[in-house]
Amino acid sequence: MSEHHHKETFVTKYIFSTDHKMISKQFLITGMIMGVIGIFMSMLFRLQLAWPEKSFTIIEAFLGPHQTDGIMSPDIYLALVTIHGTIMVFFVLTAGLSGTFSNLLIPLQIGARDMASGFLNMISYWLFFISSIVMVISLFVEAGPASAGWTIYPPLSALPQAIPGSGLGMTLWLVSMAIFIASSLIGSLNYIVTVLNLRTKGMKMTRLPLTMWAFFITAIIGVVSFPVLLSAALLLIFDRSFGTSFYLSDIFISGEVLHYQGGSPVLFEHLFWFLGHPEVYIVLLPALGITSEIISTHSRKPIFGYRAMVGSIMAIAFLSTIVWGHHMFISGMNPFLGSVFTFTTVLIAIPSAVKAFNYITTLWKGNLQLNPAMLFSIGLVSTFVTGGLTGLVLGDSALDINIHDTYFVVAHFHLVMGVSAIFGMYAGIYHWFPKMYGRMMNKVMGYWHFWITIICAYGVFFPMHFIGLAGLPRRYYSNTAFPMFDDVADTNVVITIFALVGGIAQIIFLANFFISIYRGQKASQNPWNSNTIEWTTPVEHIHGNWPGKIPEVHRWAYDYSKRVDAEDDESDYLHGQDWVSQTTPLLPGEEES
Amino acid sequence: MLALFYIFIGVAIGVSFWQITRIMNLRGVIATDKDNDRQGKYFILFGVFIYALMIYCLIGMNVLMLPESASFEGENDDLLFDISFWMIGIVQFIMQFLIFFFTYKYRGKKEKKAKFYADSHKLELIWTVIPGIVIIVLIGFGIFQWTEVMNIDENEETIVIEVYAKQFAWQARYAGADNTLGLGNVNFIDESTNPMGVDMSDTASQDDKQVTELHLPKGKKVLFKFRSQDVLHSAYMPHFRAQMNCVPGMVTQFGFTPKYTTEEMRQQSEVIAKTQGINKIRSEKGEDLYEFDYVLLCNKICGASHYSMQMKIVVEEEEDYKKWLAEQPTLAETSKQ
Repeated sequence: MSEHHHKETFVTKYIFSTDHKMISKQFLITGMIMGVIGIFMSMLFRLQLAWPEKSFTIIEAFLGPHQTDGIMSPDIYLALVTIHGTIMVFFVLTAGLSGTFSNLLIPLQIGARDMASGFLNMISYWLFFISSIVMVISLFVEAGPASAGWTIYPPLSALPQAIPGSGLGMTLWLVSMAIFIASSLIGSLNYIVTVLNLRTKGMKMTRLPLTMWAFFITAIIGVVSFPVLLSAALLLIFDRSFGTSFYLSDIFISGEVLHYQGGSPVLFEHLFWFLGHPEVYIVLLPALGITSEIISTHSRKPIFGYRAMVGSIMAIAFLSTIVWGHHMFISGMNPFLGSVFTFTTVLIAIPSAVKAFNYITTLWKGNLQLNPAMLFSIGLVSTFVTGGLTGLVLGDSALDINIHDTYFVVAHFHLVMGVSAIFGMYAGIYHWFPKMYGRMMNKVMGYWHFWITIICAYGVFFPMHFIGLAGLPRRYYSNTAFPMFDDVADTNVVITIFALVGGIAQIIFLANFFISIYRGQKASQNPWNSNTIEWTTPVEHIHGNWPGKIPEVHRWAYDYSKRVDAEDDESDYLHGQDWVSQTTPLLPGEEES
Repeated sequence: MLALFYIFIGVAIGVSFWQITRIMNLRGVIATDKDNDRQGKYFILFGVFIYALMIYCLIGMNVLMLPESASFEGENDDLLFDISFWMIGIVQFIMQFLIFFFTYKYRGKKEKKAKFYADSHKLELIWTVIPGIVIIVLIGFGIFQWTEVMNIDENEETIVIEVYAKQFAWQARYAGADNTLGLGNVNFIDESTNPMGVDMSDTASQDDKQVTELHLPKGKKVLFKFRSQDVLHSAYMPHFRAQMNCVPGMVTQFGFTPKYTTEEMRQQSEVIAKTQGINKIRSEKGEDLYEFDYVLLCNKICGASHYSMQMKIVVEEEEDYKKWLAEQPTLAETSKQ
């Protein structure tokens, strides 16, 4: 296949491409555009939270009919929160992160010419693209986009009488998500099949880099849980448009009794969170996989506890599908279920702790090359620990009663899945940029980007825990209706300033990214001296990845700094350098780690 | 104003491009020893920032926190919270130190060699088992407390109160002399005469009393029954460590025993400190002074005025409560008018 050169037009190369490397760039760029929209929205509503009575020209300029004299309306505030959540969780951190790196790395790291089905891969991207377009169109609906929260709990999301965003905006939201789920499923199936069937000679499952394990298991979680969200969305569409009563019952609104009988919103909550919770790990696991690879490579050390890392990914994946009820402790479900879900939820702390400890041990006695990718990976470990620990409080049903839906929750999940996953994505971009574009990103700008971002991330989300403990509920347009929250106003101003600086600082990254594509320094074949086999392909992209035969794999991916004498840290490198490509055969008498 | 704003944005973009092209001319791409050294030191500085931030938040923001639990059931919640928070606090301080210190200590140098250290079953066993044990303890206490709070003994003597949610107001109904709530359904709603949709043909309804402010007696267990007439709401009473969703089409419940009257709570030292802080801010803005009151908030997104949906709760001595309740008309009385 690689010898065969077929003629490429602009359309087949850049638009309807079936090449996984091009598709991964398409996912990345689309995800980045959605990310800019999502982050910008958060900056707008942070303005409202810090200065609820103040008029802003920027709000006047962007929110048009949804503001008066530069002050946003409560409805559009809820819409901004809703769309920010939807875009960041699904469009940036699911498609943008997993879509980009699964596509780029799966064939390259397992030694395949392309995905199992290049055509389906292309369809997966274009469905994602269409769903993004529909979501963006929904922002321009006259009554405003969906505004029932990203969890779209009915009846609020089902009744336009309850909130204007539940009209056409909500319909478009559901259509967009249905298309998105189709895209995600097609992609995931492709990833699973590719990893299982197309590994090169010698690439046993036990030799897969941890990125591969993470993407593989993530794809499995996606296939298990996304269809349930699709069914939840379909039933909601039926309730909204065809008069069924899956989720609705006994409703009196706008002066009349509606006809719905016998449904229950709790059913929707179950269906939603059966995806919603695994979704957290669909977002996080790829970031952790990327981090494993980067921390090992840039520490010049093998990842500590490879088997434990794989085991903990599997344990997290399994547990993630049986913990959804911890979002529903006070939903009115049977209290006994609350006990069960507390038990399974808090258990996740064990594999998570193993991962965190293993990262730290990998850093120990390393030779840390502090490139921007490495900084973001270390930053991920830090925010993952900070955000993960508060999960022990929230997962405990007895404690959740009082902090459910407060800012404590917002701080927790933003740190553990938002910031951590974004850091994983940035780390991945800085690390694999030479593989994607054949050029290097600028180091100095990478450093600035990292430091401003992590300081702002902590500045925003650490104090936020404490205003949550003051009892402040999330999704409040303004806190002025309660004098008891007057004393958190100053903290809200500080948080907003950090958020604005952090948001604007992302321009450094965007500039670095786009300028480096054209002007960056030309990359060498293996700039980070990495062991994985994607760095044995030529810098210029070709169809089929390797010009000749696909290389054979002889060892795992983590033989960094392997010594002649395993016991003696001062002895010479076994292979004369501190890295050994996976394609290097074992020396006579060498033991595989 | 708008034009000025666009000009400002244009200038900002121009300046950043100019700066960025300058930085881009520094074509460093891979970290050198000098970078490793500098970035490693920055991590120590950043560690100092994080610790300062954490300590400030833990101590400086303490005055913002909710005061001690105002219900007997919530006491154990506070204890469990303290245990959990101390534990995660200690782990957080140690782990962050290790991350930043290792990054600094093992920052790369040309002549240095990393240690080849791929596995240690002993270490892994330690950090699987120790978190395991700690977690089992937390789960045990947590589930015990959860069961205590959530399982309400049907035979126990409780005061039954219905809390009724709609966009964007709370109402309540006391069960009256028979301590049984009459049935209710949206079909009975008449916005002027029967806003809660009580079935007046039910004999239990006759002595029910409908109010817009909750009064609770100190030391008596109260059983709340929650209903909603339109969308999901959540009845959040943070001072009592109590919260339950109000779900259209079903009745949910939650119970607790008030421990302090509103007056007693106003004299509590944490509440005094918090109130002083709030009143300092309010007097600077020229607003009315704030006095502590228990409150019931809506904590599930329910529409435009979600952020202001509330009901005052008054906890008082039993005789005051009885006096207040006696003054309220029964539904039989109000429907006759």
